[in-house]
Amino acid sequence: MKILVPIKRVPDPATTIRVLPDGSGIATDNVKWVINPFCEIAIEEALRIKEKQTGEVILLTVGQTTWQEQLRTGLAMGADRAILVKTDAALDQLAIARIIAKVAGDEKPDLVILGKQAIDDDSNQVGQIVAETLAWPQATFASKVEFAGDKCTVIREVDGGLETIAFKLPGLITTDLRLNEPRYASLPGIMKARKKELKEVAADSLGVDLAPKLKIKRLDAPPKRQAGRKVASVEELVQVLHTEAKAI
Amino acid sequence: MNFEMTAAQQEIVRQVRALCANFPDEYWRERDRKAEFPHDFYAAVAKAGYLGVAIPEEYGGSGLGITEAALVMREVAASGAAMSGASAIHLSIFGVSPLVFHGNEEQKKRYLPKVISGEMHVAFAVTEPDAGNDITHIKTAARREGDCYLINGRKVFTTKAREASKMLLLTRTTPFEQVSKKTDGMSLFFADLDPAAVEVRELEKLGRAAVDTNMLFIDNLRASADDLIGKEGRGFHCLLDGLNPERILVAAEGIGIGRAALARAVRYANERVVFGRPIGQNQAIAHPLADVYAKLEAAELMMLKAAWLFDNRKPCGPEANIAKLRAAEAGFEACDRAVQTLGGYGYIRDYDVERYFRECRLLKIAPVSQEMVLNSISEHVLGLPRSY
Ligand SMILES: Cc1cc2nc3c(=O)[nH]c(=O)nc-3n(C[C@H](O)[C@H](O)[C@H](O)COP(=O)(O)OP(=O)(O)OC[C@H]3O[C@@H](n4cnc5c(N)ncnc54)[C@H](O)[C@@H]3O)c2cc1C
Ligand SMILES: Cc1cc2nc3c(=O)[nH]c(=O)nc-3n(C[C@H](O)[C@H](O)[C@H](O)COP(=O)(O)OP(=O)(O)OC[C@H]3O[C@@H](n4cnc5c(N)ncnc54)[C@H](O)[C@@H]3O)c2cc1C
Repeated sequence: MKILVPIKRVPDPATTIRVLPDGSGIATDNVKWVINPFCEIAIEEALRIKEKQTGEVILLTVGQTTWQEQLRTGLAMGADRAILVKTDAALDQLAIARIIAKVAGDEKPDLVILGKQAIDDDSNQVGQIVAETLAWPQATFASKVEFAGDKCTVIREVDGGLETIAFKLPGLITTDLRLNEPRYASLPGIMKARKKELKEVAADSLGVDLAPKLKIKRLDAPPKRQAGRKVASVEELVQVLHTEAKAI
Repeated sequence: MNFEMTAAQQEIVRQVRALCANFPDEYWRERDRKAEFPHDFYAAVAKAGYLGVAIPEEYGGSGLGITEAALVMREVAASGAAMSGASAIHLSIFGVSPLVFHGNEEQKKRYLPKVISGEMHVAFAVTEPDAGNDITHIKTAARREGDCYLINGRKVFTTKAREASKMLLLTRTTPFEQVSKKTDGMSLFFADLDPAAVEVRELEKLGRAAVDTNMLFIDNLRASADDLIGKEGRGFHCLLDGLNPERILVAAEGIGIGRAALARAVRYANERVVFGRPIGQNQAIAHPLADVYAKLEAAELMMLKAAWLFDNRKPCGPEANIAKLRAAEAGFEACDRAVQTLGGYGYIRDYDVERYFRECRLLKIAPVSQEMVLNSISEHVLGLPRSY
């Protein structure tokens, strides 16, 4: 099976994020960059599928030259080759999804797997837009994936339970947290990755409309949490929940 | 001049960190408390291929240099595994170097793949009760008998003898009194650690309880002539080209532990509020931490320089010695400052820095003492008269 895995570079979840004083973005000095954890799960799932039934795993990212680092990590985990669609512009989710759909159209994979969301902007929409653009079936928030011939069965995590859906390939899956536990690359894997193909393509050479439809006006740090308050009795608690918090 | 790490080196650092993240401080605290070898950690490192980092590709290794091996050891130590983690794998990564440099094809093919896979642990039996820094005074004797050697003697400080099935064993095949050069007449074997002929008695130590260190009583141990490494009588010389890489790795381990200690101390100094402010706001706490940070960085530069020289086949004796000297010192100072920063909690096992402190102390003594390093620099770099 040929699988395309689009991945995103994000700040290490362990990093303390500081918003720039003018609200235009976050301070990136001293930030360690990693593969978005949900994308890592997508790579792992693609590798497991490949190991079960042979095939090819192709990584894709849209970003600056430095994003090669994350592609190399994915190659070291075991992906076969990688494509970097190069741009210095801050593209919005629609433009990214269009680029992914374009590459998918050229590469003709049987399956596209990506993270359900990136932990930086938490948009949770790229996968869905890609599927819609390609007019492919989509199974989002996957917590289990199985194949029988060209039929793919996915168990999805939905509010209050699990939903099982099936579709015919080609199709698209977005990964939830419990789908698998990503491997770390082995040393022989790292060595092999050095010789694997990493192709660079300029974003504006793809003939895709990249004009942003979305503008980030400003970022603000979340307000500092206020200290809690002690109430004297259960009666008072119920009262406060009702009148102040308006929770009940 | 170029100080940049290659893409592969950066990836190794990232991946070793990811691997070690599965073995947090609690894991090591428990191994230390129970004096239990870290089998899970060792297996994970072997499975990921790191034991073969510096072993040539034709025997199943990755054929990288001492620089990459040092980065692996630094990250392992810096994860909080400290010497418990480093010593568990050090002997497989580095200890077999006499076999790599001087073993014959047959020996390398037979043993190296098993070392890389983790199946075969190795010990390094050189030091004796009457021969520590002065290795030429070893008394363990090997006597040829047909196609075997019969070995008798005592070794001390043999690390990992409980796990190992094989040991690199330095013996005298010609007594000290009969050689014209005292470094001649010694022979190195890749001998079986045969329980029928070798009694292993564990020593209780200040730290690193997870990795055993032992006395060996060797009584009529048979070693096949096929297990002689290099030529008979040239055993000491087979050890020599392993000395510099060993110092480089030990330096990397010291820097790693120092980083682990410093990281815990900085976090604590930011969080602990005494007299109404974080203790890290007091220069009495902040400056020593900044100072050890600078010392660790300087030691690391020296370590990487020595590694670079070695990997580029240039002499690196003084650099490897200086790296070991400075790293052992900076690492220990970082641990000491971390204990101090944590105040009373620094003395308590659950806070881990006391474990680093105990384990790091070793690096000033072994594998070569600070004094012997200074002897070497005095004599071979400065040209002062030999003092001993
Ligand atoms: C935990 C641990 C693990 C070890 N693992 C191994 C192992 O696996 N295999 C192995 O073979 N060995 C091992 N060793 C042994 C280690 O290499 C020796 O401890 C080291 O070589 C020092 O020898 P020694 O202890 O006999 O000290 P000595 O040689 O007795 O020296 C004692 C002190 O005198 C100083 N000194 C000696 N001569 C001079 C001089 N001329 N000038 C100035 N000062 C001098 C030394 O620096 C030292 O401070 C281990 C040691 C320890 C503690
Ligand atoms: C084995 C042991 C036995 C003990 N026994 C007892 C006992 O029997 N009874 C008892 O009551 N207590 C006991 N203690 C507690 C001991 O007295 C405290 O650990 C000590 O007073 C330090 O307090 P702390 O650990 O909270 O450190 P903290 O007060 O948190 O200080 C942490 C670090 O910050 C430094 N620091 C703090 N403020 C400043 C400043 N303004 N300027 C510069 N540096 C600063 C301190 O010097 C220290 O290095 C014991 C401790 C230990 C380890």
